[in-house]
Amino acid sequence: MNTSHIPVDTAPRPAAPTGVIHPVWVRVTHWLNALAAITMMLSGWRIYDASPIFASFMFPPSITLGGWLGGALQWHFAAMWLLVFNGIVYLALNLASGRFFHKFLPLSPRAILRDFIAALTGKLSHADLRQYNAVQKFAYLFIICDLVVLVLSGLAIWKSVQFPLLRDVMGGYDNARIVHFVAMSLLAAFIVVHLVMVALVPRSLLAMLRGR
Amino acid sequence: MTYDPELMKPLSKPVTRPATKLDREAILIDARRELAMPSRRLFGKQLVTLGGLTMLTGCSLTDNDSVNKFLAAVSRLNDRAQAFIFDPKELAPTYSEAQITRPFPFNAYYSVDEVPHVDAADYRLQLSGLVTGQRTWTLPELYALPHAEQITRHICVEGWSAIGRWGGTPFGDFLKRVGADTSAKYVGFRCADDYYESIDMPTALHPQTLLTFEYDGERLPAKYGFPMKLRMPTKLGYKNPKHIVEIFVTNTFPGGYWVDQGYNWFGGS
Repeated sequence: MNTSHIPVDTAPRPAAPTGVIHPVWVRVTHWLNALAAITMMLSGWRIYDASPIFASFMFPPSITLGGWLGGALQWHFAAMWLLVFNGIVYLALNLASGRFFHKFLPLSPRAILRDFIAALTGKLSHADLRQYNAVQKFAYLFIICDLVVLVLSGLAIWKSVQFPLLRDVMGGYDNARIVHFVAMSLLAAFIVVHLVMVALVPRSLLAMLRGR
Repeated sequence: MTYDPELMKPLSKPVTRPATKLDREAILIDARRELAMPSRRLFGKQLVTLGGLTMLTGCSLTDNDSVNKFLAAVSRLNDRAQAFIFDPKELAPTYSEAQITRPFPFNAYYSVDEVPHVDAADYRLQLSGLVTGQRTWTLPELYALPHAEQITRHICVEGWSAIGRWGGTPFGDFLKRVGADTSAKYVGFRCADDYYESIDMPTALHPQTLLTFEYDGERLPAKYGFPMKLRMPTKLGYKNPKHIVEIFVTNTFPGGYWVDQGYNWFGGS
């Protein structure tokens, strides 16, 4: 891959960034969330294949997790505990510490568009990783909401009799499967973009590993 | 009662890499430039370490015995979580006749031409375990029991669902009639097709749990479980046994055909 045209590293490197970029609880919950979400996605693909929603679309079994439907269900319903409880800890600490407000807000469509254009034209600075640009803010808020939708639509599928309100909000049992699938697709798209951005700005991976 | 022979075998296809002509010179120049950047070098190192770890273990996660034990333990925890979530008064939604799925899908661990033939005249339902009343029932005796109907959604563990109409007798009332110990933990079933299954007592006593002898106003056909199917709209399809020949009440965990292979026991919806 020829990376010589990628503009991000042409920005001046900051003189030895000081202080912590991500506190330890952000790093721990990030990696636990990544583990849980990817486990659920790969096992979910195997579950999907048992009865595809779209007749012409199946996931290649070799990229799924679980070996067979029963195994995939075991993985899926084990990882859900990690996803949910880790997610609750993440959201609670974010709100309690005030990080949620000063990291993600304020955010406007205009700012997202401005930073998006700046990113495409190579003018977006990644000098200070502590400061999220508007596209990042949007992407991270988006994926938080998407994961919430995934959990709620999953609950509506798993317990469609026990949670009638949730079932109705999702448009019934069969429709909840479609909501779950679309939310999973958005998660997959997010992961791809997220990994590309990490590859373009490798310092961000170090920051998420060691905090600086 | 869901089965797909395709799903039983873990698939593993060897990954084949297409042979492509590579421009060695250009790659080396690129690699040298990449490695000149310290952050990139570290990024590469991390990748190698992660990949190396995965390869060193030399076994797939799904074959690992301790992993399977862990997953089975979590599945038992999920049984308890579902028993906790289960509301004995919460009713499954019911539907109109127009919403019935036609034809209602056949589903079993065998194909439709292997459906067992049960002779109505010779048939006797056996009750055993913690039961004090009548232990042998003929079909005319069962058909004379109080009648109830339901049009509910059958949800398969595979994900698909279908709406059907079943007629029979409320199972909780039947258990009380035969003097079953309703403080026992489990109700188990043995079937003419060698299927076996068991359920929790609260679900057995749920008002929509029916011992059914009819499908869509007709005598239950063989493909839907003649002479009787236990219909529970609060549980997944595989928990609903067909061709029942014996019902037993017990405090010893009886397992089930699919449950013993890894499906979750509670299987609630």
